Amino acid sequence: MTSFNAKRVRADIPQLNRVIFDRPITYLDTASTSLQPNAVIDAMSRYYQLRHANVHRAVYQTASEATAAYEGSREAVARFINAPGGAGEVVFTKNATESFNLLAKSWGATFLKAGDVVLVSEMEHHANIVPWFQLREQTGVEVRFIPTTDDYRLDLSRLDELMRGVKLLSITGMSNVLGTINPINELAGVAHRHGAMIAVDGAQSVAHLPTDVVALDIDFLIFTGHKMLGPTGIGVFWTREDILDSMPPFLGGGGMIADVRTDGYTPADGPTRFEAGTPPIAEAVGLNAAVLYLDGLGMTNVVRHERALAGDSLTRLALEFQGRVRVIGPSDTTDRGGVISLDVEGVHPHDVAQVLDQFGVCVRPGHHCAKPLMRRFDLAATVRASYGPYSLAKDTDVLIEALGHAVKMFG
Amino acid sequence: MSNLGSNLDDLYREIILDHYRSPRNRGELDSPPAIRVEGFNPLCGDEIVVYLDVEDGVLKNIKMVGSGCSISQSSASLMSAAVKGKTLKQVRETIAMFKQLMTVQESTLAHDDESPKVDLHALGELAALQGVIKFPVRIKCATLAWNALTQGLDELNRLS
Repeated sequence: MTSFNAKRVRADIPQLNRVIFDRPITYLDTASTSLQPNAVIDAMSRYYQLRHANVHRAVYQTASEATAAYEGSREAVARFINAPGGAGEVVFTKNATESFNLLAKSWGATFLKAGDVVLVSEMEHHANIVPWFQLREQTGVEVRFIPTTDDYRLDLSRLDELMRGVKLLSITGMSNVLGTINPINELAGVAHRHGAMIAVDGAQSVAHLPTDVVALDIDFLIFTGHKMLGPTGIGVFWTREDILDSMPPFLGGGGMIADVRTDGYTPADGPTRFEAGTPPIAEAVGLNAAVLYLDGLGMTNVVRHERALAGDSLTRLALEFQGRVRVIGPSDTTDRGGVISLDVEGVHPHDVAQVLDQFGVCVRPGHHCAKPLMRRFDLAATVRASYGPYSLAKDTDVLIEALGHAVKMFG
Repeated sequence: MSNLGSNLDDLYREIILDHYRSPRNRGELDSPPAIRVEGFNPLCGDEIVVYLDVEDGVLKNIKMVGSGCSISQSSASLMSAAVKGKTLKQVRETIAMFKQLMTVQESTLAHDDESPKVDLHALGELAALQGVIKFPVRIKCATLAWNALTQGLDELNRLS
């Protein structure tokens, strides 16, 4: 068991030394993007200082070092999610959104036909909705939604009915608005029993929960570097080797080919088939450092720490504001992560966030790219506070102080 | 105790909070005859519907419904109070003055010798919204109702 100390994690994050309006920064926007530890920043900086070259091209020393670093990151990511086929199953993209587009436009356009159903849920991020609507325009697939219960969980009461005609269940591991953690392993069983595949949006869950694609029994996993202490500009698409081999290329260009002639081209094998153009090399180096760092912390420690913070926060918000600040999400920490969406009675989320900013508190007001979910609960927007491995209970102290001020100001 | 920046007090002036809590000219008008225009900020979900009743070149009545942040809703309320009963020419002038306030550089307000100058006195209560320019992301909130009003006047021009 690794030892975990959030204060030590905090000391590793230079941005947490910032002072905003004479106050130390209180960073509660990890669900939007996480902050980076020195291990990540230094790895990327060292790469640019000493080893930068294009990958898969030249034979000189630094070029082979860059290639080894890029491919090494693929291996580290494969280990982190326990990809059964190893690095050959890990495709690097720009972000989770691009990974979803890869899934819809390569796999979806090839294997789904008019009338086939893609089942998503009401609590999905737009990245797991819009590409399916685009595919619907193109091929006539049906996009169906699992509803949400009043207590902010997936409504699985009529799942067997909803599964009729479904070829792909595409669902989030953890809601970026509600914090709800979905029963992925159970859903995988249901999907497979119905002869469907299951894709998981791990943008939140991979960053905050232990993830094992074999144990979860899933077919696709999508996540992004910058929400898991890594850099922006790199996302991950994982699927089993046999599925990956059956998928046609997505973006075309250099790097993704085995051969190009005047009469056509032959795509490359393996993940590079989906990585047209010069890939995010420094970002892959940073992501490698991030997964090693998270491994060092231990994801079971991370989830325990963030759950404790969420529990403390939920209790104190209820006590302090007696219903004037409503939590849009499960009220206890069962199957729930450290994402806390708030509706402050009579105060618009933008005004709340503006007041919080003056206390150095970074939160996100808005619809969080989940408008169907906002509509479901008749909200235009929420204020979202979200925790990370570097968060401490004192962040909640400042949040509550600032919220108190906002309530008083507009009350 | 928190030491809040004066910026925040600049943004949330008492007049603004008052118009947010008790918005003026709230409601709807029958349309037609009234002109009905919608304003929508997809980024934050702020929305406003403006009804204009114009007779003989005078904005006889203006009503609004909407929801959104204190800046968008108070700006709408302040706008309705400023333009109600004015001739369309005066309404256009008020819009132009307000738009200028929203685009003016911070330094222009600080240094009197700079030009173009904004006549804060002529703006009356609307001048309370000048703090918004220190928060660029909120300018869209403040101008939401004004853009809807402009659109309504343009529509009126097309009809006549």
